Amino acid sequence: MGSTLETIVFYVLAIFIATMSVMTVTTQRIVRSATYLLFVLFGTAGIYFLLGYTFLGAVQIMVYAGGIVVLYVFSILLTSGEGDRAEKIKRSRLLAGLFTTIAGIAIVLFITLKHKFLQTTDLVPQEVSIHSIGMDLLSSDKYGYVLPFEAVSVLILACIIGGVMIARKR
Amino acid sequence: MIQMEYYLVVSTIMMFAGIYGFLTRRNTLAILISIELMLNATDVNFAVFNRFLFPQGMEGHFFALFSIAISAAETAIAIAIMINIYRNIRSIQVRNLDELKW
Repeated sequence: MGSTLETIVFYVLAIFIATMSVMTVTTQRIVRSATYLLFVLFGTAGIYFLLGYTFLGAVQIMVYAGGIVVLYVFSILLTSGEGDRAEKIKRSRLLAGLFTTIAGIAIVLFITLKHKFLQTTDLVPQEVSIHSIGMDLLSSDKYGYVLPFEAVSVLILACIIGGVMIARKR
Repeated sequence: MIQMEYYLVVSTIMMFAGIYGFLTRRNTLAILISIELMLNATDVNFAVFNRFLFPQGMEGHFFALFSIAISAAETAIAIAIMINIYRNIRSIQVRNLDELKW
């Protein structure tokens, strides 16, 4: 029963993500594109929850779906992207992009599905505890991540300063 | 039990949808949205590989975590640049961005 429910949830999420991501890149209006991106990010958070990474799914919803999509929406509205629709691109360019994409998907799927991954069998679905995440994130031992943690905070500080400098009123 | 390859098919579809959008869209913000799709697909790949191939380690999980943080910062900078461009030339279509500063 548990495995059947997991299968159903996975297929629903997979079809949802695939449909929404294709609609993100083929719709003409850009506000709809941002909305479909929001749905894709929610679907990805669902996949993280399905894998047992609840902290990662929560961070995905907070940062990606709750921060980045909001940034995109108000920057679209600031740059008057809602009024005009995207013009139809040339036929040759669309066909070239489509051919590149389909060739790329075929090559990558062929290599991925032919490769015999050494999958560890008998996986018990378990949730990663927040205690272990916290201990790993802030420890400076061999498998600690305190150095990337501090480096990311310096990077975010640089981006804050850079963003304010770039977009200020002159 | 869902096999690992099914998750990889989903992330491949997301990745190449992003690549198609990057190649064929004219609005710069639509190109940035396609970049977000590509980054999201790689995060899913990292989480899936960590869960199925290395269940005792947490490297993929933390890589995806830091990748989310870095793409948030990069999106903020890119949107700031786009707003500045719009202020100067009143357009964010790619074909209008063909001049340097002077």
